[in-house]
Amino acid sequence: MFLPFFYELRRRGVKVGAQEALALAGALRAGLHDSGLDGFYHVARALLVHSETQLDTFDQAFLAHFKGVETAGLELTQELLSWLEEARERRDLSPEELALLEQLDPEEIRRMLEERLREQKERHDGGNRWVGTGGTSPFGNGGFAREGIRVGGKGGRQGMALMQAGARRYAGYRDDLVLDTRQMAVALRKLRAFARDGSPDELDVDESIAATARNAGELEVVTRPPRRPNTRVVLAMDVGGSMDPYAAVMSRLFSAASHATHFKELRIFYFHNCVYGKLYATPQLTGGMTVPELTAQVGRHHKLVMVGDASMAPYELSIRTDAEGHYKADGLEGLTWLMQLAQHFERNVWLNPEPMGTWRTGTISVIARVFPMFPLTVEGLGEAVTHLTRGRTVKGVAARR
Amino acid sequence: MTPVPTPVRFKGTDSYLTNEGLQAAVNCALTLQRPLLVKGEPGTGKTLLAEAIAQSLGHRLLTWHVKSTTRAQDGLYVYDTVQRLYDSRFGDGDVRDIRRYIRQGPLGEAFSAPERVVLLIDEVDKADLEFPNDLLHELDRMRFRVTETGDEVVAKHRPVVVITSNNEKELPDAFLRRCVFHFIDFPDADLMRRIVAVHHPGLDGTLAEQALKVFYELRNFTRLRKRPSTSELIDWIAVLKSQGVTDVKLDESLPFLGALLKKEQDLVSVAEAFGRGRRPRA
Ligand SMILES: Nc1ncnc2c1ncn2[C@@H]1O[C@H](COP(=O)(O)OP(=O)(O)OP(=O)(O)O)[C@@H](O)[C@H]1O
Ligand SMILES: [Mg+2]
Repeated sequence: MFLPFFYELRRRGVKVGAQEALALAGALRAGLHDSGLDGFYHVARALLVHSETQLDTFDQAFLAHFKGVETAGLELTQELLSWLEEARERRDLSPEELALLEQLDPEEIRRMLEERLREQKERHDGGNRWVGTGGTSPFGNGGFAREGIRVGGKGGRQGMALMQAGARRYAGYRDDLVLDTRQMAVALRKLRAFARDGSPDELDVDESIAATARNAGELEVVTRPPRRPNTRVVLAMDVGGSMDPYAAVMSRLFSAASHATHFKELRIFYFHNCVYGKLYATPQLTGGMTVPELTAQVGRHHKLVMVGDASMAPYELSIRTDAEGHYKADGLEGLTWLMQLAQHFERNVWLNPEPMGTWRTGTISVIARVFPMFPLTVEGLGEAVTHLTRGRTVKGVAARR
Repeated sequence: MTPVPTPVRFKGTDSYLTNEGLQAAVNCALTLQRPLLVKGEPGTGKTLLAEAIAQSLGHRLLTWHVKSTTRAQDGLYVYDTVQRLYDSRFGDGDVRDIRRYIRQGPLGEAFSAPERVVLLIDEVDKADLEFPNDLLHELDRMRFRVTETGDEVVAKHRPVVVITSNNEKELPDAFLRRCVFHFIDFPDADLMRRIVAVHHPGLDGTLAEQALKVFYELRNFTRLRKRPSTSELIDWIAVLKSQGVTDVKLDESLPFLGALLKKEQDLVSVAEAFGRGRRPRA
């Protein structure tokens, strides 16, 4: 019963592992689920899910897996429990074993379990249609009937959990959907880093003591600059016509970024489809500065975040302009300007609101070879931020996804 | 890893109302002796939960308010070197006794308490990203060493740890895996009715219903920057009561809206939408 439910969760992206399984087994053993499916729903949710973004997936998996059970009134098997019980009796799992289990893929675990349970077939009571998928599983109803999940045990309240799971109340918290401002702010906050900078007006206690000691006990006060945010970001957003449908998400990104107090410096620029020598200060494409000016002013440690759909007519990537954005036969191609940016900034990403399925063709695929590209979703932004804080792209050779 | 069956099950208190999901999470945390991580919109009773758990178990509550500058070390102990330096120059105390300058943090206090306590680590997401990871070690082992004195502080009783987060930052995976998780849903009208009743016993039924109706109407009004929460509703009703207001509806005459909406701009939006442009009395 449980293992297939675990696979269902894992298949849907909730990475439950041995640690979660052990916790669940412990809670069931203590009877916290009150032998009911409703109780099981709440206990399992508290122990298997670690973030509200997974609640909807959990509900869906629960629904898919336990639907129909409420009318069955069966004692459900607990093969997982019994297996884990044995694992526990073998003096618990070592951290290494736990880690290993964590990494095993569901199929592998299933195979192991099937083997293990075949060995103890005598305990198998057979015929339980809720065991395994498609009724083929040999998993037995081993010895834990006392604590088995009894459905419909408590008068009148059957199926509450299923109703609750079916309400999809947590769909709005999924993190694979497009972002809202708060989620963006949360994601951007991960970019923050600190450094000691500015005038030394904070007492450095440790140094003061050391200095005082060196000074034969004569008090010597040492000060240092306070810890300040040290992340500098250049954000460039595409305001081309094809970006119109994404205006709302762009403005949310803008507001999240501009309200972020944890950046030492944030410069916001605009461009239309592709960069032609110049990045503009306003969405109306006025003001701003040229790429050579920007790269001269701004160090390579600034983090460059490009946002756009990277979708345009192919020739638009090869339009040649000078740094002011005027057509020039001996100017640089749009793509070259982009590459200059990618080369200057050691850490750069391109966020794309278009679904990832469309990235393999057209101008998107070309630009994705210049900038590491991430979808403009909670997940994508999170990955982009991780990339910006960790990944150092080899100059000129963009990381590929 | 052996679960200790908890004789007492948490079911909320007279003044703290819960549902099955929250109770299950609390009881899992108690039984498995894992920290309980609660998230949820502001005002959904995250902070109050720890108090309710302490009250219902008859334990003392220790609170650690986390700020952006808080380090994990602060929870264990701080060595007040400045005081010691000061005393060495001007004081009369025995500066050789370093223990006089070691002050326990909330975690240290919880460990050395003679009885089991409830430790609330409030708003864990305020601190640096690494903060939760730094805590893991001590929370797992329930002991730490004071390097200055060599003393080992070992928990006599594993405290019940409740951690709240407002989701300003994501928490590290390793940390999440060790916690029992619960996301407090925003109360539905039914639960809210009971919460209101707890805070305002004997409140006139009609006023209560009208206030709830206005409250949910406002929450569903998408142009708000900050939606009113439970605590604002409770405050608002308190004001209505004290001013002898007997009925409310969502129009230009809506009284004391300022108690519900805290942002100037939201007051303006509501005035535009419901008050034909006229500003409600705030
Ligand atoms: N379940 C509840 N039962 C009774 N009162 C509640 C409940 N939930 C919230 N309240 C009321 O709402 C107020 C706010 O609760 P609390 O401060 O615990 O919220 P919070 O989630 O910690 O908010 P924040 O995120 O702003 O810190 C409480 O003081 C209480 O009056
Ligand atoms: Mg709080």
